[in-house]
Amino acid sequence: MLAIYKRELRSYFQSMVGCVFVAFLIAFTGIYFMAYNLVSGYPYFSYTLSGSLIVFIVGIPLITMRSFSEERRNRTDQLLLTAPVSLGKVVMGKYLAMVTVIAIPNVIFCIFPLIIKSQGTAYLTVDYISIGVFFLLGCVYAAIGMFLSSLTESQMIAFISTFGILLVLYLWDGILSMLPVSAVSGLAGILILLSIAAFYIWHMTGNALISGAVEIIGAAAAVIVFVVKRELYENLLTNLLGRLALADVFTDITENSIVDVTGIALYLSVIVVFVFLTVQSIQKRRWS
Amino acid sequence: MIEVRNLVKKYGTHLAVDHLDFKIESGRIYGFLGPNGAGKSTTMNIMTGYLGATEGEVLIDGHDILKEPEEAKRHIGYLPEQPPLYVDMTVREYLEFAAELKGIPKAKREEEITEIEKLVKIKDVEHRLIKNLSKGYRQRVGLAQAVLGFPEIIILDEPSVGLDPKQIIEIRELIRKLAKNHTVILSSHILAEVREVCDYILIISKGKLVASDTPENLEKMLGEHNSVEIETEASPAEVRLILKNVPGIECVETQETGDGLTQAKITEKKGEDIRERVFTAFASAKTPLLTLKAAGMTLEDVFMELTQSDTVPDAFISGTKWEEAGTDAGDL
Repeated sequence: MLAIYKRELRSYFQSMVGCVFVAFLIAFTGIYFMAYNLVSGYPYFSYTLSGSLIVFIVGIPLITMRSFSEERRNRTDQLLLTAPVSLGKVVMGKYLAMVTVIAIPNVIFCIFPLIIKSQGTAYLTVDYISIGVFFLLGCVYAAIGMFLSSLTESQMIAFISTFGILLVLYLWDGILSMLPVSAVSGLAGILILLSIAAFYIWHMTGNALISGAVEIIGAAAAVIVFVVKRELYENLLTNLLGRLALADVFTDITENSIVDVTGIALYLSVIVVFVFLTVQSIQKRRWS
Repeated sequence: MIEVRNLVKKYGTHLAVDHLDFKIESGRIYGFLGPNGAGKSTTMNIMTGYLGATEGEVLIDGHDILKEPEEAKRHIGYLPEQPPLYVDMTVREYLEFAAELKGIPKAKREEEITEIEKLVKIKDVEHRLIKNLSKGYRQRVGLAQAVLGFPEIIILDEPSVGLDPKQIIEIRELIRKLAKNHTVILSSHILAEVREVCDYILIISKGKLVASDTPENLEKMLGEHNSVEIETEASPAEVRLILKNVPGIECVETQETGDGLTQAKITEKKGEDIRERVFTAFASAKTPLLTLKAAGMTLEDVFMELTQSDTVPDAFISGTKWEEAGTDAGDL
């Protein structure tokens, strides 16, 4: 795992992608920092950071797009998969390399609140927590990007699909306000999500029995709950899918100085899920 | 050493590997031979753990590659059809990475890489970027990667494709050198190569094992119907007349060459040796023979016959019995 990690990290800085990402993120944040904190005198660095979120949406796909698609195209995955290293370690090695690249600008950001402090009052706790969550959000995005990269052979497709998904997640609040709120539509939404899950299980396992059972039992449970306790379904879609607005945890901190611990748990679980899915998608390709 | 049992690989409805069964003993060079698309690469990819199998198992030194992949992969070095090279690394960096990946202890790494670089003759390019190397050098770097750690089994998928004749000879020598301490399995669709290098040939066609034996035995097996080729100044009609009363002849094919000579190919009946009889027949007819030579079936013929016909002669199926085959090859 260490071998893969070191190779990946070196390759990020040899191929300039890592340098460009770090430079771009720091330059962009620097401009915001100057405008908000230095010129206008706003004492929160976290606010500046929220402006940099948009850079992640372009920058993270840039880092993740090559991770597995390029290996597959150049057939170098044959080296990794025939080496005495488990697939989980291969994926973790690559993921940790991306995380390290994302961590570099975040470590540099730690200086910025100190600059504010040297000029007067600074809110170091909020600023450092927001830097930490910003980094964690980057890790979440990287996990999603890595998963998408493992699905395709083309880094262009990996880039565009990751960019698209991150953009939708970024704009999620606006999209969400258009969802219906009635109980019936809540039920319909649940059934649609259930079908997607069942289809995914069928696609991965090829076992019609298990996926059929999941679909039928899940649907029956959903309908029973609907009959017994209808009010549960009101606003359900908004509540449930509202969780997908991943950046909300971060913007809560930057805008309202509220740290949502469950949100951080959500970030960590999303990371685990997508790393797991990456392993599974590579496994699946080996077996099909 | 390697046991492949009832291996099946399906891509959708296409059957790429069809119930393969064979055993690889240590210390020999094995050749996988088959036309393009016969399932050689797929079989190798499964044996090295790159792909999963639809059915069946592959045991490497008793470890199932699908169930205990890490333990099994430790025994294998693999050079795929396209060398898996990171082109933005230098040769040395790449080999260091591969060595670390294979878990070679740090203390031994440098020494071993240098040794292998000398073995495959890439020492002088070790600081160059792989993307600037020619195909032949890339192939050698790939080979160096496969040999790293000196695994017991080295699997090479078409190692000489894209090389110039001099490089092909060099790579063959290298394979022979490696075979002294390792089991080497290589695949090829070029017969001459396999015959020259390998101790043992596995012929695969349409995903099935159609024959497996030493090159000599394969030739001998179909060589039961030997033929005799003669050349004489008599006309084809005269040749047929002379041969008419010679016993043990299956059939005669004649052909006139431009310079007034007749060539004939006489096929013997099974188990007969007609050379003396033919000679005496022509001598008593006072027709001098200019040439008389026995011609067996060449490996080319065997290969063509096996990979093009759908039915496989019984002789070859029985040839896959390994105990007998093992003793045969031991004499060589």
